[in-house]
Amino acid sequence: MCLLVSSGMTYAATITVGKDRPIQSINKAIQMAQDGDSILVEAGYYDEGNIRVDKKLAIIGINKPVIDGKKKTEPFSIRSPYVLIQGFVIKSSGHSAMNDIAGVKIYNTHHVTVKDNVLEDNFFGIYAQNSKHCQFINNKLQAYGKAEQLIGNGIHGWKSDSLTIQGNIIKGHRDGIYLEFVTHTQVENNLSDSNLRYGLHFMFSHDNSYIHNTFRANGAGVAVMYTNRVTMKHNVFEENWGDAAYGLLLKDISDSEITNNRFDRNTTAIFMEGSNRCHLEHNEFMGNGWALKVQASCMDNTFFHNNFFQNTFDVATNGSLSLNTFKKNYWDKYEGYDIDRDGVGDIPYRPVSLFSMLVERYPTAMILFRSFMVTLFDRTERLIPSLTPESLKDDQPLMKSVKV
Amino acid sequence: MNKIIRYVFADLLKNRTIVIYTLLLFTLSISIFNMESSSEKGLVSLMNIILFVVPLVSIIFSSIYLYNSAEFINLLVSQPLQRQKIWCSLFIGLASAMCISFLLGVGIPTLLFEASLSGLTLIGSGLFLSIIFVSVAMLISVWIRDKSKGIGLAILLWLYFALLFDALVLFFLFQFSDYPIENAMVAISMLNPIDICRIFMLLQVDLSAMMGYTGAIFRDFFGTGTGMAITAIIMALWAIIPVALSIRYFKKKDL
Amino acid sequence: MINIQHISKKFGKFQVLKDINLNLNGGECIALIGPNGSGKTTLIKAILGMVVPSKGQILFNGHDIHNQWAYRNEIGYMPQIGQYPENMTIGQVFDLMKDIRKMPEDKLDYELYHSFGIPELLNKRMGTLSGGTRQKVSACLAFLFSPKALVLDEPTAGLDPLSTEILKEKIKKEIGKNKLIIISSHVLSDLDDMVSQIIYIQEGNLLFHKSLNQLKEDTGADKLSKAIAQIMSASQHKKEI
Repeated sequence: MCLLVSSGMTYAATITVGKDRPIQSINKAIQMAQDGDSILVEAGYYDEGNIRVDKKLAIIGINKPVIDGKKKTEPFSIRSPYVLIQGFVIKSSGHSAMNDIAGVKIYNTHHVTVKDNVLEDNFFGIYAQNSKHCQFINNKLQAYGKAEQLIGNGIHGWKSDSLTIQGNIIKGHRDGIYLEFVTHTQVENNLSDSNLRYGLHFMFSHDNSYIHNTFRANGAGVAVMYTNRVTMKHNVFEENWGDAAYGLLLKDISDSEITNNRFDRNTTAIFMEGSNRCHLEHNEFMGNGWALKVQASCMDNTFFHNNFFQNTFDVATNGSLSLNTFKKNYWDKYEGYDIDRDGVGDIPYRPVSLFSMLVERYPTAMILFRSFMVTLFDRTERLIPSLTPESLKDDQPLMKSVKV
Repeated sequence: MNKIIRYVFADLLKNRTIVIYTLLLFTLSISIFNMESSSEKGLVSLMNIILFVVPLVSIIFSSIYLYNSAEFINLLVSQPLQRQKIWCSLFIGLASAMCISFLLGVGIPTLLFEASLSGLTLIGSGLFLSIIFVSVAMLISVWIRDKSKGIGLAILLWLYFALLFDALVLFFLFQFSDYPIENAMVAISMLNPIDICRIFMLLQVDLSAMMGYTGAIFRDFFGTGTGMAITAIIMALWAIIPVALSIRYFKKKDL
Repeated sequence: MINIQHISKKFGKFQVLKDINLNLNGGECIALIGPNGSGKTTLIKAILGMVVPSKGQILFNGHDIHNQWAYRNEIGYMPQIGQYPENMTIGQVFDLMKDIRKMPEDKLDYELYHSFGIPELLNKRMGTLSGGTRQKVSACLAFLFSPKALVLDEPTAGLDPLSTEILKEKIKKEIGKNKLIIISSHVLSDLDDMVSQIIYIQEGNLLFHKSLNQLKEDTGADKLSKAIAQIMSASQHKKEI
């Protein structure tokens, strides 16, 4: 598809916009241009109101020209396929409670590329509505939201397909990346940091993959819902702190692969609810409050070869029955032995402690954690399990951590 | 006053129990830090031991020492000395000996292996607990004349602070779990210096979990400047009140 | 020098001293005598401020001793059983006491110290000492600061005969220096040639306070021990009636 864009441009004219040029306005350049043309915009400040792109154009900023929406309008509205927006500073879009105004908004089209831009203080950052094959690459999005309802999402996709979201840095929006009814999409190498609500949030967005992203210190971590066939690999979920904050909240997620991710210092690394047939392998859980909270509504999930280090609680659950499989994980709290030296502990490990069950029911009991009495309780329970789910155990706990 | 502190202190440094206590703490600290896979995990194991051992040794050793020093105290009282100075000197001597034992036994290894904020919190907690339980021992030994009864009470008090108190808190928690009792819990935890130290350590080593909903309440209290100041004052009161009461009593005591 | 006014002391329900009045002056050597448990040690401890009387007051040189401590600079006290921190050496104990009293070295009275041979023992730990040696240490400490008043509680108990003689000689010497010496003892033969006055206490009551000569005259006995035996049997007799 990119080839089409570039090959189209080969024959095309190039219009340069600049303060010292005959054409000083981007809107005017667009008016003059024809499908397949390029518009080069020189550095400077452009107060253009709304720039409506309705032709197949490559609009490229040189030395970061500034497009200012002055908190009134939408800087770029793209209604044509094969558009490239590259190298701009796009700032101060209008805010509205009625419609979703964005720094760059893509309306019902396809093959739009938004690349190497800085989007600052916009309501929404980049917004794809009912669009296909769009690429959002290496943009920096920064907003200064004070409250969730007063700010939009960084990269927002709605009813779209085959998007590529790559190498973006998103800070201070409501959700870093928000996808609803978005399918076959690649989300790669993005950093979503300190957004007010979720670092990544998607619903009804099947067959997407999330690779090498970092989700850090977002208000409520990452929440993904009502979706099948998700691939999450090599992501980092860290410092998502708070009672309702999750490294990764999986709600009604099925048939998904979650592998090689790192969960570092989250209040709850993974919270699973109504999720089935997910496969978690080679993930590393380090210094979390709860590494896994697996609700009783989850079935047939498999946890293989994961590392659990220094988590306050390894696994917590709210039921007495567990229909998930834990096998060959490394648990740093495991105190068993390995007489036959095959690298697998000879007695099962029970990752659910009595006290974690207690804290589920009486959260305030957390104040007693690590007191002798609680330690005593936990030891007794480990010897003679009575209240913790009998079936929730790792029969083959590893003696050494897995290389991930 | 200084010379009595000096003498008590010199006497304690030669005391076999103190030497063994220091060595025990040192061996424990070094072996825990070497055994555990990470020094932070070592710190947690060490914390469990410290919260257990330091109050126990401080209160029981101090009680026994004070009972065994009865004649020495008599000797001093018959000399031209103010009674409260004698008693204060004993307190300062005992407290500083326990603190130095702790610093040598736990402080140095901790600084070597984990000189982080958590490590410093652990050292601070241990020092506070040493002083507080010496202070409580002063009160016991001045109140109860009989040595075996006094030591019995010391053991009981230790059991209470180390174990029973938490059981009572848990019971309270179950009884009132339907009510918003978080703030009450913060207040209640102030009644036990071991718990205060434990919660402070939790906020370091289990920070992620303490960022949760209830944890947040403790963090909002213990983690803020005001909360820290209040807690420090309460810890100081724990150290001062028992010994102050014991001084009042000692001034009128028949020897 | 010491003026005891209406002193009573109760330990719980047990009345140890009952309304004792005494006037003790310098130059007197007083034997404090009474059966075991009669209140002798309590009275001594009250003078030293170690026991706080339930009622009455004690004046030392005209000042109430309640909550005071400086007056003890004038008193040398030898306890019944001197116990010291076991880890301290004799030398350290002496240093500690000298530190407390802050008396210039040239004013110290080292006579007993040398006659008991303490200098050879300075490095010995208190814990290793025999009862007799401890008593010697206690005695030396009592005399070391040449106090105006000496309070000796069972001074000869545990001492060998030679040391007893040395101590008695020292006491006699001190009487000559216009000092007040109070000795509680039940080894009465030791006291015969030293004491000038007898205080007799029984069950917390002061039975009498009179001079030795007066006592001998009253009882017709020529030795203190006989005189006291006579009084004890008489009081026993009285009780039976």
